[in-house]
Amino acid sequence: MAASSKPKQDKQNTKKPQDNRYEVRLSGSGGQGLILAGVILAEAIGVGDGKNVVQTQSYGPEARGGASRADLVISDGEIYYPKSMKLDLLLALTQEACDTYYPDMKERGLLVVDSNMVTQIPTKNYYGFPFSRLAREEIGHVMVANVIAMGAIAELTGIVSMASIKEAVLSRAPKGTEEKNSRALELGAKVARAAKK
Amino acid sequence: MNSKNSKARLLQGNEACMLGALYAGVEFFGGYPITPSTEIAEGMAREMPKRGGKFIQMEDEIASMASIIGASNAGCKSMTATSGPGFSLMQENLGYAYMTETPCVVINVQRGGPSTGLPTKVGQSDTMQARWGTHGDYTSITVAPSSVEGCFYETVRAFNLAERFLTPVIVLLDEVMAHMREMMVVPEEGEIEVFKRHRPDVPREWYRHFEITPSLVSPMASFGQGYRYNVSGLTHDQDGFPTAKPKEIVDKLNKLRRKIERYSDEIIKLRTEKMEDAHIAVFSYGIVARTAFQAVKMARERRIKVGAIQPLTIWPFPDEQLRDMLKNVRKVIVAELNMGQLVHEIRRVAPRHTEVIPLQRYDGNVMTPSEIFDKIREVVK
Repeated sequence: MAASSKPKQDKQNTKKPQDNRYEVRLSGSGGQGLILAGVILAEAIGVGDGKNVVQTQSYGPEARGGASRADLVISDGEIYYPKSMKLDLLLALTQEACDTYYPDMKERGLLVVDSNMVTQIPTKNYYGFPFSRLAREEIGHVMVANVIAMGAIAELTGIVSMASIKEAVLSRAPKGTEEKNSRALELGAKVARAAKK
Repeated sequence: MNSKNSKARLLQGNEACMLGALYAGVEFFGGYPITPSTEIAEGMAREMPKRGGKFIQMEDEIASMASIIGASNAGCKSMTATSGPGFSLMQENLGYAYMTETPCVVINVQRGGPSTGLPTKVGQSDTMQARWGTHGDYTSITVAPSSVEGCFYETVRAFNLAERFLTPVIVLLDEVMAHMREMMVVPEEGEIEVFKRHRPDVPREWYRHFEITPSLVSPMASFGQGYRYNVSGLTHDQDGFPTAKPKEIVDKLNKLRRKIERYSDEIIKLRTEKMEDAHIAVFSYGIVARTAFQAVKMARERRIKVGAIQPLTIWPFPDEQLRDMLKNVRKVIVAELNMGQLVHEIRRVAPRHTEVIPLQRYDGNVMTPSEIFDKIREVVK
């Protein structure tokens, strides 16, 4: 379950751009919990880590089925334009999402895909993890694929601290699912750590 | 917000409006939920009963507007929230509120129009409707934030202005701002001013509900408080009874306009960015102002002397302030999510040597920084 491929320019990928603006898009299909993941990630970054963050999302008919997305802009300073301009990080859980949003990425942006769902990848510079298979087989619940992905993103990019993301996930997790969500987050971080080496 | 702040919360624009209204002491919400304003009604339905307030879902927007006028005359701070189609339906009763000098707050989360238009898409095409939506001569107060925090503060300000000047106040939002989430610290009680309506304390026989006082704003009695007066949409005298006397008609209409015009310095609020040495200015409000600030930043990095002006009060329009700000500006770009509304106001106030350049987008999406930046580069030549 290691990465299918290793990016050549790890350091550039994880480094923040000069203007202090870091743009993230979590994408997949409606129902995969990506908008919730976007809200949780924003809460972890904003409330937990004390950075400025703006979260926007696809809204209305486009959010139901087809490619669905949540966007985050992270900065230490004031965020003017609240939507993304060029993505530093794209998470794509479906082929359609990857095809649709890959052109919105920066040249040296970081692409993270679900390696079972996204088979035609437009670059060699990416990380792939079988998020939905890991959710089903390791955690026993396909719904936590988004949480595993957040764990991986935290580990790969450092845009959010592990403690903050854990707190944010658990504060939103329905009663009785805390243990599964915790394990999902740690699993995501673990596979990402292995892939980074 | 660089340090960890336990009080900072991640809030949606609509949620911040709802919290701002609660902070201002709203006691009555009458509405008819409509995208993209629904979260305001949703939050009110949840929060109002906990605080002894009233939430009523009316049968439509005509009735919603009527209900908040009634509640306000009964002494409650009242409000509604809607979007374009509902705002149109509210216009007749909104006129009644202007005429009867009834304080209330109407939040209009703009989407694309006309008619049902684009329910889930962004627009700014109700800008003029907020000024001239209902028939007759009147003056509107309209405020327009551009951030989640602004949604909170401008809603509080809207209530303060409504209660102080006894008039409806419109808060113009848009779909993107209403749904985006940002960090904000909700202020503690007492941290910002909350205006309380002046009530009469004169003997009953002295009270005149629509008295034209030197300040132009009179104390307002509530229904059932013991004061006798008439409330009518017909042009009325100072006791509220219909009049056909030319002097009384003119006095009433002058009062409606002058009570706002006289205090326009206190009502008008603007934000500027890098205007000190700017030869080119970008004028925009709401979500587009965020785009403009970004574009100005990009242009400044390339040493173009450009600045941005954002009105947080759209109506009354900041005529004097803009005349002053545009004194040394050669070109002003007016960026809007409509086919050109505020651009006409800018043409009206801009000095003769200032060229007015419209920039419009009305495809349901927010203008991007590069669109404004490209325009800046085009006109700088």
